[in-house]
Amino acid sequence: MTLSRKMLLAASLAPLLVFGVLAVALYFGLQQDPSTLPSVLIGKPAPAFALGPVRAGDGGFSRDDIRGKVVLVNVWGSWCGACKMEHPYLMELAAGGAPIYGVDWKDDPADGAKTLKMMGDPYVKVGNDQAGRLSLDLGVTGAPETFLIDRTGRIRYKQVGPITPEVWRGTLAPMIAKLEQGQ
Amino acid sequence: MSRPLAPRATAALAAMALTVALGAGVAAAVEPDEMLSDPSLEARAQHISKELRCVVCQNQNIDDSAAPLARDMRLMVRERLSAGDSDEQAKAFLVARYGNFVLLRPPFQPNTWALWLGPFAILGVAGAALVFASRTGAVDPADDAVEDDPLS
Repeated sequence: MTLSRKMLLAASLAPLLVFGVLAVALYFGLQQDPSTLPSVLIGKPAPAFALGPVRAGDGGFSRDDIRGKVVLVNVWGSWCGACKMEHPYLMELAAGGAPIYGVDWKDDPADGAKTLKMMGDPYVKVGNDQAGRLSLDLGVTGAPETFLIDRTGRIRYKQVGPITPEVWRGTLAPMIAKLEQGQ
Repeated sequence: MSRPLAPRATAALAAMALTVALGAGVAAAVEPDEMLSDPSLEARAQHISKELRCVVCQNQNIDDSAAPLARDMRLMVRERLSAGDSDEQAKAFLVARYGNFVLLRPPFQPNTWALWLGPFAILGVAGAALVFASRTGAVDPADDAVEDDPLS
């Protein structure tokens, strides 16, 4: 019976086909980092906030400080190891004129201030978010995270993990240049 | 050859089972100072917390997680409920910040249709294929035995 033979052949090839499709899908699944969550806040306005100071005798950091500017808001903490690794590069970027603002997350302001004194202070303004309220509004899942905010106060990009030279040159610097040209 | 378990092994197993059973009951990480004074509101908060993902630990719910961020999220749920939010509104508050990912049970919406309906679709296709195959006799073993080529 030629018909049933043909069908038998088709039936025996089906598992192979399914395997092939699954293998391709899972292969691409492997390339994605499951700990990096896409932010739902891209394109949305940044929440209102007014944070208390980290540096002694400083006005803290509030949303009014960044109104009409293209800025990076860096969420960090003195307890955060990856932030310490990122810190020297932030210093370098700040020296080059990058507009970096800081949110000291779940941290005693005194500890945050000590870190800035020891490692240098890359921030135009920095505020303390010990209660984690702003960070929750920003959907922060860990430190460091950095938000790119445009002139209209909208979140344009979220960098999860340290800013590296690759991230800066490949993503952040071009985006900032474009946003600054935009108006 | 199977031997009955030695009494000591049985006792050890029973102890392990008991530990697991008891452990499950006390796993919640909610600290006493987080709890709301209104028991019904607190019960609602705990119920919601069990449905929300701890975004740091990812496979734990925030009611079970000891992560500081999970604590913040628990407190936020309680704050929303105290402010008069419904359960759905309190959940939506966190979804607006963390996305649907924060829900341990994904919602039924266009981009999750495949997730929810996929298994049933596959079952249907497989069932149909099975019925079709048995009707046409493609897997009739007698057919096979006669026509099979020798292996070597």
